[in-house]
Amino acid sequence: MIPLASILFEVVRNGATALSVQFLTGTPALVTLPTGNAALAGGIAVSIEGTLVLMGLTAVIAVPIGLLAGVYLAEFGDNRFGRSIRFLNDVLSEFPSIVIGILVYSILVVGLRVGFSAFAGGVALSIIMLPIVTRTTEESIKLVPRSVRDAAMALGIRKWRATISVVLSTARSGVVTGALLSVARISGESAPLLLTIGTSSYFLSGLNQQVDALPVRIFLLSSENYVSGAQQQGWGAALILIVLVLCLNLAVRIATRGKYGAVRSRI
Amino acid sequence: MTLGIQVDKELKAENTKPILISRPVEPLKIQTDKLNAWFGNNHVLRDVSLRIKENHVTAIIGPSGCGKSTLIRCMNRMHELVPQAKVSGAVLLDDANVYAKGVDPVSVRRKIGMVFQKPNPFPTMSVYDNVAAGLKLNGERDHARLDRAVKRSLDLAFLWEEVKHELDKSGSSLSGGQQQRLCIARALAVEPEVLLMDEPCSALDPIATAKIEELITNLKDQYTVVIVTHNMQQAARVSDYTAFLYLGQLIEYGDTTNLFENPKEELTERYLTGKFG
Ligand SMILES: Nc1ncnc2c1ncn2[C@@H]1O[C@H](COP(=O)(O)OP(=O)(O)O)[C@@H](O)[C@H]1O
Ligand SMILES: [Mg+2]
Repeated sequence: MIPLASILFEVVRNGATALSVQFLTGTPALVTLPTGNAALAGGIAVSIEGTLVLMGLTAVIAVPIGLLAGVYLAEFGDNRFGRSIRFLNDVLSEFPSIVIGILVYSILVVGLRVGFSAFAGGVALSIIMLPIVTRTTEESIKLVPRSVRDAAMALGIRKWRATISVVLSTARSGVVTGALLSVARISGESAPLLLTIGTSSYFLSGLNQQVDALPVRIFLLSSENYVSGAQQQGWGAALILIVLVLCLNLAVRIATRGKYGAVRSRI
Repeated sequence: MTLGIQVDKELKAENTKPILISRPVEPLKIQTDKLNAWFGNNHVLRDVSLRIKENHVTAIIGPSGCGKSTLIRCMNRMHELVPQAKVSGAVLLDDANVYAKGVDPVSVRRKIGMVFQKPNPFPTMSVYDNVAAGLKLNGERDHARLDRAVKRSLDLAFLWEEVKHELDKSGSSLSGGQQQRLCIARALAVEPEVLLMDEPCSALDPIATAKIEELITNLKDQYTVVIVTHNMQQAARVSDYTAFLYLGQLIEYGDTTNLFENPKEELTERYLTGKFG
């Protein structure tokens, strides 16, 4: 509690001074101070956009695959193939994220000549997100009582239909929670992005273009000792990232509260 | 039930051969023929041959673990959903074997509905959607038809009056007895021909139980009901015919009054008088 509070306090104290409309909406710019030195002005809108794009792209890649894999493991994964998938999934979730960055760098960025791009970053983050979504989906589906499945089967509903419309919808709040938390988790990743997205001062024009992301920007700004204003912007960017993650956590709370103590299901 | 005694003879437990009655006394809805069931190596039903009459209530009684649930779960092919579960023999629904090659278990389950021991409404669905689930998930989209089916089923389950203003509430927010009646309505909504009930009142209080017993009696006109119960008074109250199962074997089967008043088998008598069970 105390460490958390002191971190938050420090980030808010330092970051708040950086906040302004310009900071939130502007692109990075250098100004010349009266002393003749350069100072950082402008804003981090490009990094915010980049992070949101990466989060969206990652979710679009990892959520459907993770959902399918989780459903498969929970419903049909009680065989050797299922067990090996589960094992690989566990291994993958323990992988150091920098290694995943290197992997994507050498295979996609260099090997397939995709280059530094939003796409490469999204793929790297997806590999981190996938095992989390798969795991939480499987776990939430397994929590659905046997009696609920039995009820659906006894109504003469086909197994796949029962799985999607009854089992998955009963497990829905757990699945949604898992997906949102995994997005929150990858939103703060910097290591796999260092080797995949490049950097950019302009708003995104395509997924094959280089992008900026908040974690990487925070790293670059905070390690900048010569350009004045950089450190302050670093704190500001950190504050924005924390607020973003907090919003996702709030979304989880709202998603799991719902009308029936869970996300309302519609059939 | 003037023909009861005569029917009884034909239905005796030893009579395991499928006898196609040449002079149908009352139409049969379900016949099991030398039905055997296993969980892995555990042989839980042994040569059960039972004939269930259309538009009557048949009770299945017996000590716990004797295979009552397994027997009815074999009738609508729910048994095979348990890993390692096996079945042999036949179950005839209107003379057609539900285990014949090419028969789709899903279509069997639509004709033979089931209500479980513990009320199990779909927890994230409203009362309305719970009842409509079977139809909706099989493709019914017509709102008027769904509305009619929901009302009709809730009426049959004696629940309409209690929930007609709360159809949008969660199914699991109802009381235990209401939940069980909701499950009955849900099963009836797909218009099955037979309703199997596995100790539907065992988790309920006496008032809730009385309501369900009454609605069961009411269902006879339209449905064939098979009810498993470990409560002999309940079997006596609601059923027309009773089957006594012991260690996976059908010991005695006949008209409920006859079976309770003069059981032919010593085992039945001992069970009915509470000597074991
Ligand atoms: N899912 C299951 N897996 C393995 N064995 C089971 C299962 N369900 C029931 N059995 C066994 O089958 C036998 C009959 O069970 P059941 O039909 O549930 O009896 P009843 O309903 O009469 O109490 C019991 O010995 C029980 O242990
Ligand atoms: Mg039972």
